[in-house]
Amino acid sequence: MSEFPARDEPLLSVRDLVTAFDTDDGQVVAVDGVSFDVEAGKTLGIVGESGCGKSVTAMSLMRLLPQPAGRILGGSARFQGEDLVTASEERMRSIRGAEIGMVFQEPMTALNPVHRIGKQIGEMLLLHEPLSKAEAWQRSIELLKLVGIPAPETRVGEYPHQLSGGMRQRVVIALALACNPKLVIADEPTTALDVTVQAQILDLLRSLQKRLGMSVIMITHDLGVIAEMCDEVVVMYAGRVAERGSVRDIFGNPQHLYTRGLLESIPRLDSPRKQELTTIPGAVPPLSEMPVGARFAPRSSHPEVTAYLESASFREERPVLVEFAPGHWVEDCRYVRAFEGEMTK
Amino acid sequence: MTTEPSLKRSLLEVRDLRVHFPVKEGVFSRVNRFCKAVDGVSFSIRPGETFGLVGESGCGKSTLGKAICRLLRPTAGSIEFEGNALQSLSKSGMRPFRRDLQIVFQDPAESLNSRQTVGEILEEPFIIHRLGSEAERRAKVTALLDRVGLAKSSVSKYPFEFSGGQRQRIGIARAIALEPKLLICDEPVSALDVSVQSQILNLLMELQQEMNMSYLFIAHDLSVVRVLSDRVGVMYLGKFVEIADGDELFSNPLHEYTKALMSAIPSTDLDAVRDRVILRGDVPSPIDPPPGCAFARRSPIEVSEEEASQPGDFVEVSPGHWVELHPATVRDYERYITPSR
Repeated sequence: MSEFPARDEPLLSVRDLVTAFDTDDGQVVAVDGVSFDVEAGKTLGIVGESGCGKSVTAMSLMRLLPQPAGRILGGSARFQGEDLVTASEERMRSIRGAEIGMVFQEPMTALNPVHRIGKQIGEMLLLHEPLSKAEAWQRSIELLKLVGIPAPETRVGEYPHQLSGGMRQRVVIALALACNPKLVIADEPTTALDVTVQAQILDLLRSLQKRLGMSVIMITHDLGVIAEMCDEVVVMYAGRVAERGSVRDIFGNPQHLYTRGLLESIPRLDSPRKQELTTIPGAVPPLSEMPVGARFAPRSSHPEVTAYLESASFREERPVLVEFAPGHWVEDCRYVRAFEGEMTK
Repeated sequence: MTTEPSLKRSLLEVRDLRVHFPVKEGVFSRVNRFCKAVDGVSFSIRPGETFGLVGESGCGKSTLGKAICRLLRPTAGSIEFEGNALQSLSKSGMRPFRRDLQIVFQDPAESLNSRQTVGEILEEPFIIHRLGSEAERRAKVTALLDRVGLAKSSVSKYPFEFSGGQRQRIGIARAIALEPKLLICDEPVSALDVSVQSQILNLLMELQQEMNMSYLFIAHDLSVVRVLSDRVGVMYLGKFVEIADGDELFSNPLHEYTKALMSAIPSTDLDAVRDRVILRGDVPSPIDPPPGCAFARRSPIEVSEEEASQPGDFVEVSPGHWVELHPATVRDYERYITPSR
């Protein structure tokens, strides 16, 4: 059975994406065969801890890998029928911003400190659309209004440093939406913000998506953000997809031990106080020492995992994803999957 | 304004503490204005207790932590540690108290000397305080490493050779080396991944049990504070807006800001029904805070400008539960006003 049954073609379809970096210690593979689909108008979340490859996945899709160290070694990313992996640099320049918008963690890195906000949004518009400067300025004001910036007529003439962190992130969202993109890639868009501001920005993203109907790829380490924002979820561990499914599958019936561990180790507002928290023992192996087999196995609590770690299968066989339930995929290795008699606190 | 009364047998007593930073402006760096980072804070910590301090960036929580262990000089107010006034002590005057008052920082990479081995870092407190022979110090270091879950071989390694979570273990080992009575933890887990975060939180809870330390636990993450704290104080723009026992605060928050903070946390419970309190606008600057109630203009309870410009009262509405009482901060606030006040 094919991993992806035939249906209406998704907006973005990523298959077996492999991205590597040249380092002093040789080549390291940061994204190792990642596949997922983003449906039109839906939000896909990519979640995992530092170094799992979630941001590199986004950078690969935008073809913004640091040069010359980063390279896509294989796979495809079909966006409206066009492969982003093999598209020309020139073609990518017109896709970026116009058809795919981007929102990054730190708004100050996305904004130019020496230009007025109106000029920056205007430049983006002029690059992709036949407008006069005055029209572009006017559209900038409309966009600032759209993202909920008070007094947009004044703000449009200000510089980024005159705005608060939350307001800056709204400007970045306005920039990302300027040309009505079909897809917005948001990489940790609220991580640098305080919780109350984060709540405002997530609200804004949700309402904009409802109005404009774009698809969103939401990359975050925060499972709470995923639960609130996403339709589909990809859980990444050490460069690979550990589990993939609808938000109900992932939160309601997680099948990978890593997903379970993540969900259980988050302190919650209703956690009892002074009680030991569940942890995932051990640590992620360094990129240069990644095993071929199930990468989570060295941290697994499965009773027979020791035998697996010593087996040829762990050294040589890469597990595939299997469909546990319709649309719910999990790494096919019983030592990293939920097992009978598993201890859950 | 009423303040939280002294607790019996408290280890630390902070009274009306203020830390104001001069704002240098213009070509001549003239000082006309002050950034009121901490602006009249009072609270106490009992022996063995964890006091959780929450608030968003710029609310003054870290400044408060640094002032208490006298890495900063307070502008006014008092800090009493076991009955000794710390607020105006000199560097050398503070030395005898340093043993009992330690701090763990957010970013262990910045607080550890990168040119020292872990062994040297952990031995230093014993050398400074002239404790033990060389052999005794070495033994102590090995025991410390073991206690925080690091291999003995770590002694000869440098901080950069460790992951973020392991570096935080080194930071904790150094802070507890001299068995302090009060440990100030300033965002100790906010730079860490969730699976590592829970390991460090467990370690902090175990150490507290074993050594009977008090913690001042500073964090922006309410759920982390929830797990560790006996009592919790919520700070907004340099002041406490609510202080209560942890269970009480989380089950019965009264201040609209506390409610907003709690409801803003994205929940992993898909079926949670939530009543999200969304605040208006942004946190005002502590340089020119708005007159009167600092929160009134952001509160979902709208009040007239005249009302907003009146300050609230910090009052005890039930035993141990203190809140800034103002028409804009507490719903049905009249019912908390008692005739005696």
